[in-house]
Amino acid sequence: MAATQEEIVAGLAEIVNEIAGIPTEDVQLDKSFTDDLDVDSLSMVEVVVAAEERFDVKIPDDDVKNLKTVGDAADYIAKHQS
Amino acid sequence: MSKIKPSKGAPYARILGVGGYRPTRVVPNEVILETIDSSDEWIRSRSGIATRHWASDEETVAAMSVEASGKAIADAGITADKIGAVIVSTVSHFKQTPAVATEIADKLGTEKAAAFDISAGCAGFGYGLTLAKGLVTEGSAPYVLVIGVERLSDLTDLEDRATAFLFGDGAGAVVVGPSEEPAIGPTVWGSEGDKSETIKQTVPWTDYRSGEVAKFPAITQEGQAVFRWAVFEMAKVAKEALDAAGLSPDDLDVFIPHQANMRIIDSMVKTLKLPEHVTVARDIETTGNTSAASIPLAMERLLATGEAKSGDTALVIGFGAGLVYAATVVTLP
Repeated sequence: MAATQEEIVAGLAEIVNEIAGIPTEDVQLDKSFTDDLDVDSLSMVEVVVAAEERFDVKIPDDDVKNLKTVGDAADYIAKHQS
Repeated sequence: MSKIKPSKGAPYARILGVGGYRPTRVVPNEVILETIDSSDEWIRSRSGIATRHWASDEETVAAMSVEASGKAIADAGITADKIGAVIVSTVSHFKQTPAVATEIADKLGTEKAAAFDISAGCAGFGYGLTLAKGLVTEGSAPYVLVIGVERLSDLTDLEDRATAFLFGDGAGAVVVGPSEEPAIGPTVWGSEGDKSETIKQTVPWTDYRSGEVAKFPAITQEGQAVFRWAVFEMAKVAKEALDAAGLSPDDLDVFIPHQANMRIIDSMVKTLKLPEHVTVARDIETTGNTSAASIPLAMERLLATGEAKSGDTALVIGFGAGLVYAATVVTLP
């Protein structure tokens, strides 16, 4: 069954915490990965790969650059998960 | 039909000696910051690089190779006349012909050793090593010199903030010779030409010659795509090389990945779940990314500092422009 937006954000929070050490409660829909969460372009790739595995989605490199905020990523995953 | 006598080679091959040459000039990040808008902290956090070596006019691809090879030959305990073939992997020798390998073979004092260049980017060392192993075991050459050498400073766009800090110059060489026991495992290698745009030379030389572009060609890459491929796809290849050698991560003493970027190295180590006892080459901090030269340079340094020792089992993996890759397990000389 597809994950809800709430579940996706919680999952992303755990991933960002694991990769960048950011407290899970800081990972909110409106937060920018780069500007607010200190996730640089390379860590973003790690976040994306972890999210692909967790939510069973494919996020091609070309789409990664459009995922500026946690909300962008959550929407993308919700739309593309199988 | 006439019967052709088969060639007779050694039962197995091994790396008998390693040598490196790092150019005299050490270039700190402050110098890079003269041409790009960045910071020492940014460069270190994205790449792990603090300094790199840039070659002078005299430190040519051939000159650096001769220096590194001389050390490798001495380390192997042989003399240059025993070398039957010289394989040079480079993308930064700026004469299309003749192959630089012939000049190196001559300057080293080999007895008309077969000599040729190969182009396999940052996987060049593994490609050369695989060829060398084949030549030694098949019988075409008793000893083979494999050289990885680059002057990537010549192919660096100093105004490109994504790559200006990345590349360095240097040469690394190994002597491959006969062994009574397997000491170079099966190579897991390949190419993914559908990703040829991921790491590439900006424009062909001919565009520069015709004046179509004013800027000298340089190496450019798509950072995120390279990072994803290098960390996650190459970790699978590294694992395959271990499996092919019949070993598990616990059997390893040393891991020598191509020194592409410290973040790639760290992430690979995590993805591969390498045990704590495995020594990981992190030569990139003071050498930068030297493409084909990086693995033998890192190997030489680990042995010189005592972080690794002769007889240790090392997993080596190179990956880069092509995209191409090659991984194998070796016994260190």
